[in-house]
Amino acid sequence: MYGSTLNGIIMKNKVKSWVFILLMTTAVVVGAISCKPKVSDADLKAKIETVTADHPNVVVSVKDGAVTLSGTVASEEDRSRLAEVAKNADPNNVKSVANELTVEAAPIITNTDDADLTAKVADATKDYPSVKAEVSSGIITVTGSIEQTRVQPLKMALDALNPKKVDMSGLTVK
Amino acid sequence: MGLLDKYKTLLDTAKASGIPDLQYAEQEGVLQIRGTAPNADTKNKLWDVYNQIDPNFLSGDVVMNIDVSSAVEGSQVRVATQESNLNIRKGPGTDQPIVGKAAKGEVIILISRANDQWWLVRTKDGEEGYCYAQYLEPVE
Repeated sequence: MYGSTLNGIIMKNKVKSWVFILLMTTAVVVGAISCKPKVSDADLKAKIETVTADHPNVVVSVKDGAVTLSGTVASEEDRSRLAEVAKNADPNNVKSVANELTVEAAPIITNTDDADLTAKVADATKDYPSVKAEVSSGIITVTGSIEQTRVQPLKMALDALNPKKVDMSGLTVK
Repeated sequence: MGLLDKYKTLLDTAKASGIPDLQYAEQEGVLQIRGTAPNADTKNKLWDVYNQIDPNFLSGDVVMNIDVSSAVEGSQVRVATQESNLNIRKGPGTDQPIVGKAAKGEVIILISRANDQWWLVRTKDGEEGYCYAQYLEPVE
């Protein structure tokens, strides 16, 4: 009788400790799961890459939810916009965005085909009989004379042909 | 003084003008400027600023080619010649025969932009042909 009571106490303690171990294990497992990001770095990287796809020179890397953008873009606007876009690709899982993008503008194309440019210059200057224009290596050199009010229309017409340079220093303005 | 400094007012005006594709760079001693302005007024304003900095464009250190986005197919354009009529030609080029004329100030329809220099147009009388784009200004 005495012994059975003692057994009962030991039994109770055993159950208690099992419950305790079970609770602790659950807590550790739950804790571990909740610490893990909901989306893996690889998934996050793939997600951001779909929104930066228009910019082939941009490299996306992700570590523990921290995003780094590197590589080159064509303008300052693209640079700041892409950081914004990367953040918004998954605002809950992107912890931070390090913007290491550099701006490398594509060169502006000029027309260096002298034959093509010469033909276009002839069209553009047709209505300016007192003006002479010559093309060499993409540079239009204008000489002769012109009325003050027509200087700007002439320059606008010549600039519209995308030459390398329009030299009007030899043009007399009346 | 660098070109970006010399033409700072021009570039600042361009940046504040709502030109989404504005591009500029100093290349071989010339400041190249490209972009599409929302309307003809904006384009003309930029040219005024440029002319103020470099009167009569004598320095030759800028090439500015600003397009106007409102000049779309099917829109109305005004003939902006100095004083004479504008030739309407059979094809894109001054070597092409003249098939009609449009008066200064006349509003005609832009049918299509054959290229940057020559646009296909139609007058109210139904005359159709190519005009030199420089003499056509979008009607806002």
